[in-house]
Amino acid sequence: MKILYFAWLRERLNKGEEEVFPPAEVKTVADLIGWLAANDEAAELAFAKRALIRAAVDRQLVGHDAPIAGASTVALFPPMTGG
Amino acid sequence: MQVRVTAEPFDPGGESNAFLARHGGAGAAVTFTGIVRSRPDGPILALTLECYVELAESQIAALTSEAIARFSLIDAAVIHRHGRMLPGEPIMQVMTLAPHREDAFRGAQFLMDYLKTDAPFWKKEETPDGERWVEAKAEDDVARGRW
Repeated sequence: MKILYFAWLRERLNKGEEEVFPPAEVKTVADLIGWLAANDEAAELAFAKRALIRAAVDRQLVGHDAPIAGASTVALFPPMTGG
Repeated sequence: MQVRVTAEPFDPGGESNAFLARHGGAGAAVTFTGIVRSRPDGPILALTLECYVELAESQIAALTSEAIARFSLIDAAVIHRHGRMLPGEPIMQVMTLAPHREDAFRGAQFLMDYLKTDAPFWKKEETPDGERWVEAKAEDDVARGRW
């Protein structure tokens, strides 16, 4: 599965995207964030404030409880500041 | 309906005229243009908008469709730039067209409020003191919540 990062999340992780292969027990966006944070020191810091992180699964904005099974792209980013 | 997410500058007046020219006798048209701000008490050298283009296109299209349905608009269009811009440059423009002004204004306001919080853009300011990401404002969530 491809993960995309934007804005300060991208900067803190020092990458805009990566390919990951989470284990089967990683079922939701929240699980994925927890798994990413547990596997990498920079990610642990970047994801410290979980409630700030927004997500899109296959180009749909979703909540942290959304399933990621079968998803090809998950995007993680801070609150949006468009307009 | 027109949705354009682009790194290119655009001409606000030209876009507004082209939008109007597509519809004769519509009644009420509203154009809102967002412009890079720099104030003496908070000078900005440049503003960079990062964008998740594919999601921005689908999100803005969905929001624009909803605005058209909800406010019985004859048409609506959104242009939103990303990339680096200087103070005074247009960032984005919303245009709505309705038989009466109330719906044209409300449709434009609805689109503006949702674009602030639900379109995947992130603003970074270059200031004389360095760069900083613009934080999302609680009042923007409040503004969206009224719809």
